[in-house]
This record gives sequence, structure tokens and C-alpha cells, in this order.
Amino acid sequence: MSATLATKQRTPIRPARVLLHTFLVVTALAWLAPLLWALFAALRPYSETSTKGYVSWPDKLSFDNFTNAFEQSDMTHYFGNTLLIAVPAVLVTLFLSSCVAFYVSRFDFRVNLFLLLVFTAGNLLPQQVIITPLYRLYLLIDLPGITMSGKLYDSALGLVLIHVAFQSGFCAFVLSNYMRSLPHELTEAALVDGASVWRLYWQIVLPLCKPAMAALATLLSIWIYNDFFWAIVLISTGENMPITSALNNLSGQYFTDPNLVAAGALLTAIPTLIVYFALQRQFVSGLTLGANKG
Amino acid sequence: MTAETTTNSPEAAAVPPPGAASAAKRTPQGHRRLLTRRDRITLGLMAGVPTILHVALVWVTALASIALAFTTWDGIGFDSIKWVGLQNFRDLFTSNPQFWPAVQHNVIWFVVLILIPTPLGLFLAVQLDKKIRFSRVYQTALFLPVVVSLAVTGFVWQLIYNPDTGLINSLIGANKPGHYIDWIGDPHLNLWAILVAACWRHTGYMMILYLAGLKGVDPSLREASSLDGANEWQTFKNVIFPTLRPTNTVVLVVTIIEALRAFDLVFVFNKGAQGTELLSILVTNNIIGESSRIGYGSAIAVVLLVISLAVIIPYLIATFRKERRA
Repeated sequence: MSATLATKQRTPIRPARVLLHTFLVVTALAWLAPLLWALFAALRPYSETSTKGYVSWPDKLSFDNFTNAFEQSDMTHYFGNTLLIAVPAVLVTLFLSSCVAFYVSRFDFRVNLFLLLVFTAGNLLPQQVIITPLYRLYLLIDLPGITMSGKLYDSALGLVLIHVAFQSGFCAFVLSNYMRSLPHELTEAALVDGASVWRLYWQIVLPLCKPAMAALATLLSIWIYNDFFWAIVLISTGENMPITSALNNLSGQYFTDPNLVAAGALLTAIPTLIVYFALQRQFVSGLTLGANKG
Repeated sequence: MTAETTTNSPEAAAVPPPGAASAAKRTPQGHRRLLTRRDRITLGLMAGVPTILHVALVWVTALASIALAFTTWDGIGFDSIKWVGLQNFRDLFTSNPQFWPAVQHNVIWFVVLILIPTPLGLFLAVQLDKKIRFSRVYQTALFLPVVVSLAVTGFVWQLIYNPDTGLINSLIGANKPGHYIDWIGDPHLNLWAILVAACWRHTGYMMILYLAGLKGVDPSLREASSLDGANEWQTFKNVIFPTLRPTNTVVLVVTIIEALRAFDLVFVFNKGAQGTELLSILVTNNIIGESSRIGYGSAIAVVLLVISLAVIIPYLIATFRKERRA
């Protein structure tokens, strides 16, 4: 904290600063360029770009492609699918991983270190390492009446489960570090007073973890929303797909109209952009929570 | 005490203060004696349920991959599983035309990520750490690609690479018959074209990691160095960079894992057709493709697993050993 105070001095305008700003402006624009290009293409009607080419001055800019993409591809339905997967997945992941974190960080059981290792290492594995048996397992598990497909495969429940299992590794690691930094006197006193373990967790430790939980919630929502791989492999019916993988399926339909595809892709990205701009601080701190250790 | 903990920024609080660990060593025995039977059951459930779910879906399946790698199985009925020993691996290493290119591409993926976006991200982080104006704006622009899903990234970059309608060919006049540059279809070009998009994304990620690392550098180090007359580069090279060692380790591990996991971009681009084979794509093709060669796909997954564990295990051992010592 004293770091920010020490360096709080006014910097005079120097040529080096101007050069630096020029460099940063150019870089930032270059980084935005692909997205801006997609936006430009999405705002133009296909008929115009097909005759004039894409690198041309626009006669007409409109949101028609956006409305068309939204209606033609039934996006509300796919956004709904994503909500059905992401909301429970984020909540359950946070709940379960905070339980594990509480267990390993507030008590000194012999298995703690091993348990944390198992969770952390599991999250670092590439998903493809486990996908083949998982796919078979999902096909084996019958859930008649519980999921539409009658199996764990091709169901929102199946995606929620794998997201929870996979992401809880990262969250347990981060939250256990966070909980360890809380003073031990807090829970000690309550335990001596006869509070149950559950009360310690639910009424004392968990409320103190709000900042970390908020950061993780932001991060998890974006990750799970953006997931492509699990959905591609574990969902077979187009109707059941979440928005990101549905887009891949649907792009075939507007193969000949890149403007419409651009509009569809940008529409898909909007929720993540909103979350990011609204909760930027949480998102970035969430990302570096795990990385600061090492 | 509690107020202080809650107002702390998460990243500061994630690193336990030096006193916390010793306190942890002192109290637990007292804790444990106080636990009632019910508490023990509660604790068992709190740790047990998530562990069972995680172990069953992640580790048991990873072990099942290993077992299946030594079999052939078409996926229909358990009685068709046949033990074949090392046959899948022998086929993979000697006769599969896609395997070695895939390995090579994964290696290229890693080398490119570590050589271009990583130093660039570090450089940008160092510049943005200078408390300059509009730092937030620059950060946001550079970090935006990390927020957008890789699938969307793939679509966006196709608008740039499309041979007919793409930005690049339109700009350089290569979109007329006879002059096509097929960025996506040409097996000599497509991997590099995709890697540009991958670098675009990775730079922002690295920048944020390094920014977080730089925040932790003691400012008195910098002051001392400038008092000694070191210039900016010397300060960075001799003082700042060495203190970034923990961040560098994380960056290295993250980059290797990213290179092994690479999938979405390639899948959206051209489904890993010629020129862009990756191990992850080969595994997936064995599942959602026409042919269901479970044993064979598992053998590729095992290769991926072994490489990953060779990175993950030393990293975790080092991390957790430090934690214990703290």
C-alpha cells in the first residue's frame, strides 16, 4: 500500500513520454482493429459489400444484420441454454470449492496438502486428457425423466457437472489461500464458544471471503459462458447447445453472408463484454489471484 | 482486524501474511479437540462431496484414459474391449501420418507464444506500470481479446483471413482469381495465420499477469537502484526482472498448458484439417468424428497427459513446498 504513496509524484512532459503514449495508442488500436473490423462488416448490408468489396466507403450502416442474426438463429433460446448451464455451474462451483477451501485452510488434517494438490493439478490438466472416458461415461449414465435426453450426455446437467468438477480445482486453490490469510483467532474464539463448524463456515469465514468470491464469480461466469470444448463434445443436439457452440453450428447456415456471421459473433460476445466492463476490477483481480502465488 | 482483511484487495489477501502460517501451526490441535461428532460429519461432507465429484470426473477419467490406451474399443458394449498392449502407441508413433505433425504444431504453438506475446506482454506491463495517464484505457483495449471467447475470436479472424472477402487479401489485392492467398486452406500458411490470432489473445493475458507481478515489486528497490545511478534498462534487467521470478514461473506453466490445450481457435478455423493438426484436435476427432476409435484416441490423450504432468508436478511441488516453509 505504501508503494502507491511513494511513487505519487508528477511526471513532467518529456519526449520519452510522448513516444510512449504514441506507441501505446498504436498498439491499443492494433489490438482493437480485428473487433472493430468485425463491427464494420456487421454494420453493412451484404448486398453492398458483395459489389463494392469490404474495403470500401460505406453507403449505409445499419443494425439490420444484428436483428436478422438474432431472429433467424433464435438466439434467445441459446442464451437461455447458456444461462441454464452457467448460473448453476458458477454457484455450485463457488459453494463446493469454498467448502473444500474451508476444510483445508482452517484445520490441520493430514490429508489437506494432498487434497489441495489433487484439486489444483486437476484443473491444470488439458480437458482432452479426460474427454474420451468422460464421453463414454456420460453416455452410460441413464437419467430417465431428469434430463431431456434421458442420459447425462446431451444435457445441461452434464455440462454443469463437468464445469463444477473442473473449475472447483482453481477456485479451491485460490479460496484456500484467501481463507488462510484470515486471522485464526476469529474462528478459534467461536469454536471455544461452542459454535458448530458449519456456523464458522457460513457466518464467519464465508462473509469475509466476499471479495475473493466476487472476483471468482466474475471470472467463472466469463469462462463458463465462453466454453466451447465441453459443449461441442458433450452436447449433440443443436437445440441443447449453449450460445458459443450453437454459433459454430449455425454459421453453416449463413456461410455465404460473412456480415451476418460477424453480427452473430459480436452478439455472442456482448454479455461477456458487459460483464467485463462492469466488473473489470473483479475480473482482473480474479485472474491474478492464483497467479500471484508461485 | 476483520475490517482490514475485508478491505484488502483480493490479490493482496491471497498471499498469506507471514504470521498466518505460524498461527496455523499453533491452533489446529486445539481446534481438533473441540470438534463434536456432528462437526466431524459436517466437515467430512464439506470436503467429501466436492472431492468425490472432482476425482470421479477428472482423475478417474484420466486413469481410465490410461487403461483404455492399451485396448481397442469401438465404444459399443464393454465386451468389445480388447487388450492390445502397446499396439496403439506403436501405431501412433510409427504409422499415424497426423501424430508427429500434431506434436510439432503443439511445440511450435508453445515456442511462438513464449517468444512473441510473452515478452511483448512483459514490455507493455512495464510501460503501463509507470503510472501513466490513460493506463486503464490501454489495459482495457489490450485485454479485451482475453474476454472474448476463442470461438468468437475464430470467427472474427476469419473475416480478416477469408481469401475472397477478407481484410488482408482485399488490402493487398490478392482476392482475385489467380492471385488468391488462401490463409485458412494453405497448409503452409494456416498454422501461422491462426497463431497470429492466438498471439493477439495471449499478449493481454501475459500483460495482466506481469502487471500483477510488478505491483508486488518493492519500490525501495527501484529507488535504491536509481540512486546508484542505474538507467531504466539496467534497473529492469538487474533489479526488477529477477524479482519477477515467481511470475515468470507462472507464465511459463500457463503458456505450456495453453499450448497443450489449444483447441477452440483451430476447431473454428478449419477443424484441424491439413496443416493445423494438434494433439487436442486428434483426440476430439476420435470422439465426435465418424470413426469411434476409443483406444487410439485415449493413447493420444495419454501422450498429452504425460507431457502435462511433466510440467504440472514439478510446478506444484515447488509451489507447495514454498507454502509449507512459509
